[in-house]
Amino acid sequence: MSLLAQAWQWLIDAQQYSGDGSIPIRLLEHLCFTFAALGLATLIAIPLGYFIGHTGRGALWVVGITGAARALPSFGLMLLLVLVLGVSARLWAAILALVILAIPPLIAGAYAGIQQIPRATIDAARAQGMTEWQILFHVEVPLSMPLVFGGLRGATLQVVATVTLVAYVGLGGLGYEIIQGIPLRRFDQTIGTAIVIVALALVLDALLAFATKLSVPKGVSAGRLADVRAKDAG
Amino acid sequence: MDWFFDNIGLVLSLSLDHIRLSAIPIVVSFFVAVPLGWVAHRYAWSKPLVLTTVGLLYTIPSLALFMLIPALLGISVLSEINVVIALSVYAVAIMVRTAADAFASIDPAFLRSATALGYSESGRHYAVELPLAGPVLLAGIRVVSVSTVSLVTVGVLVGVPSLGFFFTDGFQRRIIPEVMTGVVMTLVIALLFDLLLVLAGRLILPWARIAEREHKQAIS
Repeated sequence: MSLLAQAWQWLIDAQQYSGDGSIPIRLLEHLCFTFAALGLATLIAIPLGYFIGHTGRGALWVVGITGAARALPSFGLMLLLVLVLGVSARLWAAILALVILAIPPLIAGAYAGIQQIPRATIDAARAQGMTEWQILFHVEVPLSMPLVFGGLRGATLQVVATVTLVAYVGLGGLGYEIIQGIPLRRFDQTIGTAIVIVALALVLDALLAFATKLSVPKGVSAGRLADVRAKDAG
Repeated sequence: MDWFFDNIGLVLSLSLDHIRLSAIPIVVSFFVAVPLGWVAHRYAWSKPLVLTTVGLLYTIPSLALFMLIPALLGISVLSEINVVIALSVYAVAIMVRTAADAFASIDPAFLRSATALGYSESGRHYAVELPLAGPVLLAGIRVVSVSTVSLVTVGVLVGVPSLGFFFTDGFQRRIIPEVMTGVVMTLVIALLFDLLLVLAGRLILPWARIAEREHKQAIS
């Protein structure tokens, strides 16, 4: 029997769906890590990105950190933080590493989201007597949404992938079955789990791609001639 | 620092492994992705197909890909070739999109004037289209290089030694300077590759610098 068929057998075995280390539990752990890290990173990165985009201050800094962050090996960063903060605080160390990983694409998305708005649009809002806060919340934030979601999509991709590595410091998640299975040469288990991880990553990415489409403000999508004509024809 | 100097031999040999493992996918991505990106740009019907495929491949987490490639190709999980193929997949995925953008960014007027001057289809491609796409292609390969150098480290989980060895070994032995050495050396190699690419760009694409200088003069 081929490896893939064995992996499939492992995957549909009822044993995998009950008890402590079952696939649903690992999946839940994986999602908890992903959402906790993305939530915390969003709270920090989006206001910061908006501040930089709105004021134009620190724009060079954004380019610098997004470039440098790509070079930072996330696995090494996580292990380093676990050792520095202590193994007993490994949960927080792992989440901190994931947050650090998620922040650059989120800042870049929020910053670029505001940066790409035509100057004339913002000047027009100011000329109409809008306050700076009104410009931010009524003009810049809605128009930035597609790129903010783009940034969130990039961050999610990174975080989901890195959460597979938290099992190395004993924190569970779907990566556990792989990291534990490799030395035991349980390839049905490792490949079966890999299939679940790929499915999870693709589903989250597809959901965010859909959210990105929905996030385009109505006025903006109505302004596109091609869309209007497509609707008329259909 | 003591740990670093006491283990300098191991640091150097793992750095060389790391350089070898990351250089192959970077080179492969250039020679596979540039033609693919050109096809996606040239034949509009193929663009969504090509870009969606590479987008999906890029979404797969690396540890999962390290498991799936051996299953699909019938090679050993614990082999170097597994890691090289997986990293090439990511590198190509990033690079195809950039290559398609690079060709799309060329003003069609240049291509039409080249045809008017008597360039054949393939002559025009190599003498006009490719050089003009050069600066964007260089920017793309720099992104590929940085992310590949960083991703190689995960290969240690499937037993392929790189600077990532310092992460797992240092973690198990609770030696902070060892893990630190791994992180810093990975950054050093990423920086080194980036400098080499910028330097190569200056040599191969001198016109990119002239354009940049003119642009700076224009805005100042």
